[in-house]
Amino acid sequence: MTASQRITITSSILLVFLLLASTLTLRRLDRLRTGSTLQEVLYLPSPKIVKSLSLGYDGLVADIYWTRAVQYFGGHHAAGNEHYRLLAPLLEITTYLDPHLLPPYEFGANFLAPPPPNGAGDPARAVALVERGIQANPDQWKLYYNLGFIYYLEIHDYARAARAFERGSQAPGAHPFVRILAAKMAQHAGDIETARMLWITTYESAHDKQIKANAVAHLRALQADAEVIALEKMVDEYRARMGHWPTNLAQLVSTGMLNGIPLDPTGRPYKLMPYGHVEVANPDDIPFITQGTPPGYKAPKVTAKQLGLTE
Amino acid sequence: MKNRITCIGANTFREAVRDRVLYNLIAFALLLTGAAVLVGQISIDIEKLVVINLGLTAVSLFGVVIAIFVGIGLVSKEIEKRTLYTVLSRPVRRWEFIVGKFFGLAGTLLVNTLCMAVGVFFALLYVSHHLQKPDSWVLVALYFIILQFLIVTALALLFSSFSSPIMSAVFAFALFIIGSFSEDLRGFAAMTKGITHWLALGAAYLIPNLSALNVISSVAHGEAVARSLIIYNTAYSLLYAAMAVCGAVLIFEHRNLK
Repeated sequence: MTASQRITITSSILLVFLLLASTLTLRRLDRLRTGSTLQEVLYLPSPKIVKSLSLGYDGLVADIYWTRAVQYFGGHHAAGNEHYRLLAPLLEITTYLDPHLLPPYEFGANFLAPPPPNGAGDPARAVALVERGIQANPDQWKLYYNLGFIYYLEIHDYARAARAFERGSQAPGAHPFVRILAAKMAQHAGDIETARMLWITTYESAHDKQIKANAVAHLRALQADAEVIALEKMVDEYRARMGHWPTNLAQLVSTGMLNGIPLDPTGRPYKLMPYGHVEVANPDDIPFITQGTPPGYKAPKVTAKQLGLTE
Repeated sequence: MKNRITCIGANTFREAVRDRVLYNLIAFALLLTGAAVLVGQISIDIEKLVVINLGLTAVSLFGVVIAIFVGIGLVSKEIEKRTLYTVLSRPVRRWEFIVGKFFGLAGTLLVNTLCMAVGVFFALLYVSHHLQKPDSWVLVALYFIILQFLIVTALALLFSSFSSPIMSAVFAFALFIIGSFSEDLRGFAAMTKGITHWLALGAAYLIPNLSALNVISSVAHGEAVARSLIIYNTAYSLLYAAMAVCGAVLIFEHRNLK
């Protein structure tokens, strides 16, 4: 073996060893500095400065900022953090850099609006974001739909929601449900059927599997809500007819009011509690449920697993 | 062998001094003196912070520029001037030449940094009239900056071993900037899935982690640096620099110098 070959072999072995050792050391370093990745640093808070510094490559920089906003929200959400201090500025910078980039308006508003732990709990900034999106992209019906959605679900301002849906229904290619939603807002705002229509529209118009999964989870919750309300109404009727509360749902079956013990969306039978209260078997398995939960129930943070998104 | 590496290292140091690399110290002194005097007059209560932040940032940036611009010429200049053939015609192995060059430039940067460190402490003394215990953390920040130089020098040498000086400078600068955001990169990589995850993670771990070596802001506020961070940063920087030098040795060993 020549000297050169010896050096090659030695340095190759050394190189691999050092690569492994440095990677392992870096992993230890990362564990030491857990808060340092995707940290609470905006680097440049002014959208104007970021735009100037992007030297005309603002499209690419907007894509990077949007990715950063997604990872910021995802990282905080996964960690159970309820504060999303940088989310709104990140979205504002993104949309200032590229006003025609639609996902930051559509998804970003849905990160901002819902109350913690599922969002930043800042519907006012979500509305401002979508309004800016509409100003820059007046032909995008989904933006009006998003705006109406936030007004309806988060702010409960049905008149503004109706106006947003109405404007959206006039945009080219609008989903037919948007016009119906606009009409329904006046008379049936707040009822389960209207909410169902909203989520069906979301499901049908979304391409992203997470958005679809989220819509399905909401539809399941609405189904459970509707069933619980219907069952409790039946229990009231039973009491009115028999003069006492039924002790279980089988008694409703024996009187012919039900064909069988009804099952909740998870496939488990509903439970009849004292004083005619109906509950689902395990509310944690039905995210976003509002009816059929034990008194004082506090819903846990919705996880990707609950939405059926993890293998 | 040790003697030969020392000789090459000492020559590299002498050459850098002859090339007036240490002239940057004059610019540094002017910058720091100017800042110390000026900020005291135009701002409120941040004189000390500015001296530490500006001083350490200048130490870091001046050093990185020297590491890159001197580092990229370490091999190519020797080939261009044909002095490399004279060196290699003597009983000097190629790997000894590379390792000697690395230590020579690292030594230059060390001396440069020590001079600057003295300047920083003088400026600190000027603005705050006396040094306090938390000011000792500035020494740790300076130590981390020296570790950063080791990594950048090794990378510049690695690129210099196979590429032209301009391309080496571009590669080294790009890696320096990417390395400063490396923790974000690993954060992004950790959130991907499947094969993308492993590819992104591999790339993220291959990039030097320079962000952990930057504690300038925290020491400016008198915050302590954890002992474990000092230990792991030292281990990581030495391993990474050694890895890059190893890569340079491997490439240079097979480079056709005819």
